[in-house]
Amino acid sequence: MANIISDETIEYVGILAKLELSAEERENAKKDIGEMLDYIDKLNELDTSGVEPMSHAFPVNNVFREDVPSEDDGREKTLANAPERGGDSFVVPKTI
Amino acid sequence: MKQFETVIGLEVHVELATKTKIFCSCSTEFGGEPNSHTCPVCTGMPGSLPVLNKQVVEYAIAVGLATNCTITQNCKFDRKNYFYPDNPQNYQISQLYLPICRDGSVEIETEDGGRKNIGIHEIHMEEDAGKLVHDEWGENSLVDFNRSGVPLIEIVSEPDMRSADEVVAYLEKLRLIIQYLGASDCKLQEGSMRADVNLSVREAGASEFGTRTEMKNLNSFKAIRRAIEGERERQIDLIESGQKIIQETRRWDDAKEYSYAMRSKEDAQDYRYFPEPDLVPIIISDEWLDEIRSRQPELRTEKLERYKREFNIPEYDAGIITSNKKLADIFEETTAICNNPKKVSNWLMVETMRLLKEHEMEPEQITFSPENLAKLIQLTEDRAVNSSVAKEVFEKIFEEDIDPEKYVEEHGLKAVSDDGALRSTIEKVIADNPQSVEDYKGGKKKAIGFLVGQTMKAMQGKADPAMVNKILAELLQ
Ligand SMILES: [Zn+2]
Repeated sequence: MANIISDETIEYVGILAKLELSAEERENAKKDIGEMLDYIDKLNELDTSGVEPMSHAFPVNNVFREDVPSEDDGREKTLANAPERGGDSFVVPKTI
Repeated sequence: MKQFETVIGLEVHVELATKTKIFCSCSTEFGGEPNSHTCPVCTGMPGSLPVLNKQVVEYAIAVGLATNCTITQNCKFDRKNYFYPDNPQNYQISQLYLPICRDGSVEIETEDGGRKNIGIHEIHMEEDAGKLVHDEWGENSLVDFNRSGVPLIEIVSEPDMRSADEVVAYLEKLRLIIQYLGASDCKLQEGSMRADVNLSVREAGASEFGTRTEMKNLNSFKAIRRAIEGERERQIDLIESGQKIIQETRRWDDAKEYSYAMRSKEDAQDYRYFPEPDLVPIIISDEWLDEIRSRQPELRTEKLERYKREFNIPEYDAGIITSNKKLADIFEETTAICNNPKKVSNWLMVETMRLLKEHEMEPEQITFSPENLAKLIQLTEDRAVNSSVAKEVFEKIFEEDIDPEKYVEEHGLKAVSDDGALRSTIEKVIADNPQSVEDYKGGKKKAIGFLVGQTMKAMQGKADPAMVNKILAELLQ
């Protein structure tokens, strides 16, 4: 494996992803990410100068919706997914 | 004492005036019950698929064209990743790599009456977040996703402003352009226009920029001015005491007139943008651009010129009326009904302005209808009401949008133009005031004023003073 992921990097990625990893999970993640980066390095061997970056896999563009509102009240369906409901709102830990 | 120059760039978020959200058909209407305008798309449910609202693209292009931008004819969306409870997807759909508009500018007037171009780096489209309500005593916060997915454009300026005055002039110019386009109502207080201020200071003459901070939570022009002054002083103090300025986001507390650092160091700002896989690219053809261009409404400068040319409105008055879209709309709609631009302009310039000031209102808050103003103008033209009654009726129109014809009828305010009744009243006034009549005939022309006053009193203010004057002069011959 050419790419070695440091403890600091896996710690940082964990913070960004809001994940708490056990010691074993950390080692596995370091190995997995290293392998992924090796694969990217492999792709980077190809000379792509002069090639337009592709932003989408299918040759489709301009898929639009007209600006017409739906009359539905989505409250009940939406709140059915709330871990905790307070009135008509989602309840979350205090965030300021 | 060193001289310091303030360098300011703005990031302005504007909520677009679409009927639906940017990626779903949920209504953008204000004031619904919490979470009533939500669906799987705008609450980030797995498997839901966003579909772009065409009107968002058209508004963004319209703003870009009006601010001299180059339109990115091949553009796309990107994901900005972060965790926060108001953001149900854990990412915001925005544009980083190919924003829809780039390299524009708007011209502002500076304090010394000069003109200056403020560069626009880019304009991009994105979605708004939900609203967090904090219970001061409770242990929780409440989330309402009605605003989640409301379309925004973010207008990023170049760091071209040097004072609070220039910042306010730039914001007012932007607001006017966007209001004229109908792309947003741009209300700072209500959050449909929000400005983040990037500010740094440097010694006068220095070529490098200093380290900048970003200030958020500025919801009035006054707050923006105070925040700029406050942050400028804070940075100069730091520099003069040999300390470093930290690049950070600060929250302006307008009550305390001080800004506070918002994010701590552990809270890394690493958004890991990548192309949005759920949305296909947007190709803006020349034809589509031309179509939008041809639909661009008349903007302020053109409107001002037209008012002078077509309606003979003086430059100053035309300037005031066109300085606000709402005023210009009322002017045009009323003029279209009564065909009396001079009178319409007069009611706007004098009484409307006075009442706005008295009620501490913005022109946007005007609720009276052009129909009722036009009716009032017609009543004065027909001499059915005199000018002091007209002012009284206008206050009622301004406050409650009453129908002036009905109101005048119901309150018996109609001027008595019936020659007979007026004539007999005047004859009685003349008979009752021989001294004034004698004075008048003896050459004291002013004495007629007393007789007019007496007549008006006898008529309970409902006579047309011009008519009274005419009949009096005739009878005193
Ligand atoms: Zn929705």
